[in-house]
Amino acid sequence: MSSTATDTAHGDGHGHDAHAPSGWDDPHGHGGHGAHDAHGHAEPHWLIKYFWSTDHKIIGMQYLFTGMFMALIGGFAVYVFRMQLAFPGMSVPFYGRVTATDYNALVTTHGSVMIFWVAMPVLIAALGNYLIPLMIGCDDMVFPRLNRLSYQLFLISAIVLIYSFFVDGGAFGGAWTAYPPLSAKAEYNLTPTGAPLWLFAVALEFAAFLLGGINFVTTVMNSRAKGMKMFDVPIVVWMIIIASILFMASVGPLIAGAVMLMFDQTIGTGFFDPNKGGDPVLWQHLFWFFGHPEVYVVLLPAMGIVAEVITTFSRKKLFAYKSVLYTAVGTGGLSFFVWAHHQFIAGIDPRMANIFSVTTLLISIPVAEMVFVYIATLFGGSIRLTTPMLWALAFIAEFLLGGVTGIFLGASGADIYFHDTYFVIAHFHYTFFPIAFIASFAALTYWFPKMFGRYMNDTWGKVHFWISIISFNCIFIPLFLLGARGDHRRIYDYTHFPDLMKSGMQDLRILATLSLVVLLVTQVIFLVNFFYSMVKGKKAEQNPWKANTLEWQCPSPPPHGNFPDGLPTVHRGPYEFSHPDRQEDYWPQNAS
Amino acid sequence: MSSSAFPRPIATTRSATGISTGKLAVWWLIASEIVIFGGVLGSYIMHRIGHPEWASQAEHTNTWLGAFNTIVLLSSSLSAVLAHNAAEMKDGKKAAKFLWFTILGAATFLVVKSFEWTHEINAGLTITSHTFWSFYYTAAGIHGLHVLVGGIIMAVIAVDAAKGKDLQRVEAVGLYWHFVDIVWIFLFPLLYISK
Repeated sequence: MSSTATDTAHGDGHGHDAHAPSGWDDPHGHGGHGAHDAHGHAEPHWLIKYFWSTDHKIIGMQYLFTGMFMALIGGFAVYVFRMQLAFPGMSVPFYGRVTATDYNALVTTHGSVMIFWVAMPVLIAALGNYLIPLMIGCDDMVFPRLNRLSYQLFLISAIVLIYSFFVDGGAFGGAWTAYPPLSAKAEYNLTPTGAPLWLFAVALEFAAFLLGGINFVTTVMNSRAKGMKMFDVPIVVWMIIIASILFMASVGPLIAGAVMLMFDQTIGTGFFDPNKGGDPVLWQHLFWFFGHPEVYVVLLPAMGIVAEVITTFSRKKLFAYKSVLYTAVGTGGLSFFVWAHHQFIAGIDPRMANIFSVTTLLISIPVAEMVFVYIATLFGGSIRLTTPMLWALAFIAEFLLGGVTGIFLGASGADIYFHDTYFVIAHFHYTFFPIAFIASFAALTYWFPKMFGRYMNDTWGKVHFWISIISFNCIFIPLFLLGARGDHRRIYDYTHFPDLMKSGMQDLRILATLSLVVLLVTQVIFLVNFFYSMVKGKKAEQNPWKANTLEWQCPSPPPHGNFPDGLPTVHRGPYEFSHPDRQEDYWPQNAS
Repeated sequence: MSSSAFPRPIATTRSATGISTGKLAVWWLIASEIVIFGGVLGSYIMHRIGHPEWASQAEHTNTWLGAFNTIVLLSSSLSAVLAHNAAEMKDGKKAAKFLWFTILGAATFLVVKSFEWTHEINAGLTITSHTFWSFYYTAAGIHGLHVLVGGIIMAVIAVDAAKGKDLQRVEAVGLYWHFVDIVWIFLFPLLYISK
């Protein structure tokens, strides 16, 4: 599928190449012409081009399509275990009967796949790779081969994870947070091979993203277009950079923890075993020291996508660019001091719980500020309700609900009641679904014309949008209600718990499950629209949305080398819409 | 450097910060490594505070060999600096010579380490015998892996430097080597001295 996409990309690229008089601008005279000629004449074999490429756009596509494929796995897993919860003991269509072990493995797979193999690769790796060089006006990443290696490690990690479904004992079933002792001992988790393989896959994936992150940050620091100052960088690029730095600064302890847990699993050390002088809560600290900044690692790029989309479709300058930027940095900094709100009932000192309650409530302030800034940007704009704009607006609305319900959980007193209930699940999904899916759909529908040189169908886009949003809410509002009534999250069959089967609780579970099925089936509309439009969609021009950022100032799709008429020089910020001195309501960053 | 199918992009030649891309990347690599070692050592320190009785295990470590290895690593950092200095003077041959000295230091360190470990494992002090030893082997093992990788990278760079190629890499690998050195400066007192 990716080959079809990039075939188109290539055809167009050549067309533009032919018209371009010279190579890229090259301040150091470093083989620019040679490079250009090599591109024009020596065409690499397609296998090399799509699987061994160092072109940031192709690597971005590789991440995107791998992420989309993994989303199907994560989606299938949730379908199976939700069917079990709604109709316990039934033979689930396309799966069969779900045993308790299957149930644990499916829950774990859903969680880890959606976070590590969908949200991270799509939001950061795919969009970061695709957008960063285009948006900062250069021809590639500063470490193209490191970039390729990063994707290859990621691909191996995905293959290891998928392989772990088929080993003896099945896939790891200790939840995506992998708390010991359940995760540490095969006699508890019953997955002697699945557990270490899961851990290995996660660690490998971290290595891939560390390489990618270093590449992103260095690229933006050093390879911006001539004239592009710090505050001329589009918000989405800033957000991906801040997220990469957050990731780099937070994942270390978990990598260390993963090594320790792997030793506990395989050679019998006792890092997390109190009988041997270890401490199981230590894992929770190491995990959440990463895990909570991770929320912001994926949130910030999503916020950045929304900033790009709403400025373009309200034809207005982003309200308070610098505030958004400083707020994002502040959010990132603060996100290192909230992790222990995951341990309120793990036996931490209540005085410490108070401190973490305060920091957790504090972090809602910068996030709320970003939301206010976006609303202020919309205020008085000429709003165009295109499909990407709908997704961006929905992101703000739905994420707001996720944020507000977080206040309940951040307060240590309330959390004692809500901990490990479906209230937590619903809160988490009201933040993560907007991040991983709503924002990704906003991004994919917005940048689709750039990526493939064609439009997606807007009507089907809107149909997909409305059904998805409605069914999403119909899944998780019932789960809030269930959680508030004490529905525990780690239960395989509620019929064994009469207190949780009272007055209509099962009906709510069935409603949530049926809504989930609707949501999943609706994605077929998107996939068909996506792949059909890639080949048969209406041709898109260079700048279909009349946007300012640099990626719209090169051909759609961009050829190898990105800017056939020479790399751009930047004269102004990215959001100069509806400038009073201009006839057009936009002003590209590189226009003189 | 670059294959003909994928020529080197212009992005790799730009330097908006004035700092070379390679050096920037090494700094970011070090930043991410600090938190990895921070995770191991932080966990270890918390455990030591909670378990004063681990001192009875720690007293079996060989402080003198640890001290010897500290001196070896510190001197190898000196030759890394001298290699950088030679590279600045565009003297690739001299830079390579000093890098080989550093590699010799790395090798000595690893030989002493394996002697120590053999001795300890033979005495029954294995990675599973006590959580102190789990930390001891894990922390020093991850560090030793960094020494090994650093030595290999330096060998690759030394071969190129001797031909006068990519001399800017000498400084980058030097930065990394100093970092590996500093980690040991933390490991030595934590594992060998605090008894």
